[in-house]
Amino acid sequence: MTTSIEVSKLAKDYGSVRAVDGIEFEVRSGEVFSFLGPNGAGKTTTVEILEGIRPRSSGEVRVLGFDPWIQIEKLRTRIGVIPQDFHFFPKLTPREAVRLYAKLFGVKTDADELLAHVELTDKADDYYDTLSGGQHQKLGVALALVNNPELCFLDEPTTGLDPRARRSIWDVIRTLREQGRTVFLTTHYLDEAQKLADRIAIINKGRIIATGSPDEIIARYGRAERLRLVGEPALADRLASLGFHVSRENDAVEVELASKADALKVLETVSASGLRWESFSTRSDTLEDVFIQLVGRLEDGSLPTSSTPESRA
Amino acid sequence: MNFRRVATYFPAYAKGYVRNPLGLFFALIFPVILILIFGAVFSNSGNSQVPLTVQNLDGNSPASVEFLAALNSTGAVSVSMVSPGVGNLSTYLAHNDLSAGLVIPAGFASDLANRTPVRLLVFTNPSSGSEAGIVEGAVQGVANGENLRLAGGTAVVTPLNLNVGSQIYSYIDYLVPGLIGFSVLVSPMFSMVNVSSTWKRDKLFRQLSLTPLSRSEWLTAAVLWYILLAFLSTFLMLFFGRVLFGAHVTLTLLTIPFIIVGPILFVSIGLLAGTVSSTPESAAVLGNIITFPMMFLSGTFFPVSLFPAWLVPVAHALPLFYVIDGLSNAMVFNNASAVFVDILVVLVLAIVFAVLATHAFSWREK
Repeated sequence: MTTSIEVSKLAKDYGSVRAVDGIEFEVRSGEVFSFLGPNGAGKTTTVEILEGIRPRSSGEVRVLGFDPWIQIEKLRTRIGVIPQDFHFFPKLTPREAVRLYAKLFGVKTDADELLAHVELTDKADDYYDTLSGGQHQKLGVALALVNNPELCFLDEPTTGLDPRARRSIWDVIRTLREQGRTVFLTTHYLDEAQKLADRIAIINKGRIIATGSPDEIIARYGRAERLRLVGEPALADRLASLGFHVSRENDAVEVELASKADALKVLETVSASGLRWESFSTRSDTLEDVFIQLVGRLEDGSLPTSSTPESRA
Repeated sequence: MNFRRVATYFPAYAKGYVRNPLGLFFALIFPVILILIFGAVFSNSGNSQVPLTVQNLDGNSPASVEFLAALNSTGAVSVSMVSPGVGNLSTYLAHNDLSAGLVIPAGFASDLANRTPVRLLVFTNPSSGSEAGIVEGAVQGVANGENLRLAGGTAVVTPLNLNVGSQIYSYIDYLVPGLIGFSVLVSPMFSMVNVSSTWKRDKLFRQLSLTPLSRSEWLTAAVLWYILLAFLSTFLMLFFGRVLFGAHVTLTLLTIPFIIVGPILFVSIGLLAGTVSSTPESAAVLGNIITFPMMFLSGTFFPVSLFPAWLVPVAHALPLFYVIDGLSNAMVFNNASAVFVDILVVLVLAIVFAVLATHAFSWREK
């Protein structure tokens, strides 16, 4: 399997602040690779370095075999980019924008077909400044695809969008993958990464703390199961006194289970307590649970920062 | 530099500009409004003859009568006589609220006959500068003709000098090149300050940097647009100046360098101001600090020759002064050697600011 992006010991300093701290990863051709992290983690700095619009302080980067800062001219025609906070010229229409890009890239593009692909046909002749946030992002996607790129960078493409617009962008990303393109997706929405990505890298404070497929990361860092009880709040104190890790949410109590035997022990304890309870259910850890645990463990020092071989998929 | 991409991008830049009515208003309509207002207010001073009160102390000698007839025939002044009995002419002018006077001294005719130097007393009011200029120019012109005639030269030169002289000082003739300079300054400056700061904030330059369009190609397209606007504005100013106010201005070949290099200069200054500013708001303040003194102190609305002496060096330090001076020299005076000096100054300034601006202006992040 070929790789589209190779990153080794990449670092970026802004004055005395180290925004990206020696990260390493690779993106395989044809996959959706999600770069996941909280705001300020270093996602956008990294993606802008990969896109060739920001220089790195140190480290090695190869995108489609090119050094993006030095060989940007060659790289530009083969990648598509939707920057974070995509803005465009307020008094141009989507159709004019697509035609302009096609002429600048020197390619023949059917503007109607491309705008239909991102569901912008109805707004093809409206000025950009009259479009909604979701329609702006769709135009961003359309412009990123004008030159038929083999690698697409999408930097937080659904931030600020309503649920319907988000799903519409997700459909476009799935289509890109089906067309065989490589997608580098940065996001701080964990469900988005879990739904779309083949592989994920979680970055926090400039360092990668985990990489792998969503299932691998959950299996490696998640806890087995959680048991959720709806009932009296006093249940939480009773279970906590037996050493269970318990969290409370409204009238529900959630207990982390280390084993199947734990489930029986919890139910027996509840039954014997005489406290009121109404229902229970179990669920697996989500990527969000794992992410919160990982970031928490990183901050209390119990998690070694990765880029280490064993943490990589 | 790929000119196909410049040509591709140019219409997109133009559309962005034309579809914003405010930009077009300031580029084309506002200068027209200014020429209509200033032209209407000051057109009288340009078109009528300046009244000149003459006191002939030489007893209506043939030589003095002939001199006054020559002066009257210039068309620049209308001579009216007062008797020697009114006494000191300067006092008489002040009492009667007159702004220009001439005293022909006693012995004028005999001094001329004897080739003895004659001193003509010309009184003008410095506060009405263009009238003073007309009077001085007319008297000097007739005197030159007299001198030439006495020296055995040909007097044909005399009316020629005066003819030009009377045109130069028409206010509308100053105003047309001044307002063309105003257009050359205002639309590139305000627009580029705004574009370079807001596009930076909205990351539109970054968006363009993702296409094959280069920084220099973008800049070339923008400059070409402002040159086109400057030409349009020039034609509008010429049309309104000539048709409505009878301005003596012509679009000579020497005008063209200013319509081309002027926008390059002010695009560069605007780009530099917008680029070095951290926000669009601070860019607007900086742009205004640069633009407004230039707008008023470069001879846009009034000739710099009317400025108080201490203000003249300030005008000479402003780049727009050389554009307007050059346009006046090219369109009104047809003074090629003066035009070349102005072109040289504007060209050097344009190169310096273009280098500074392109050095400061980056599409990629730091």
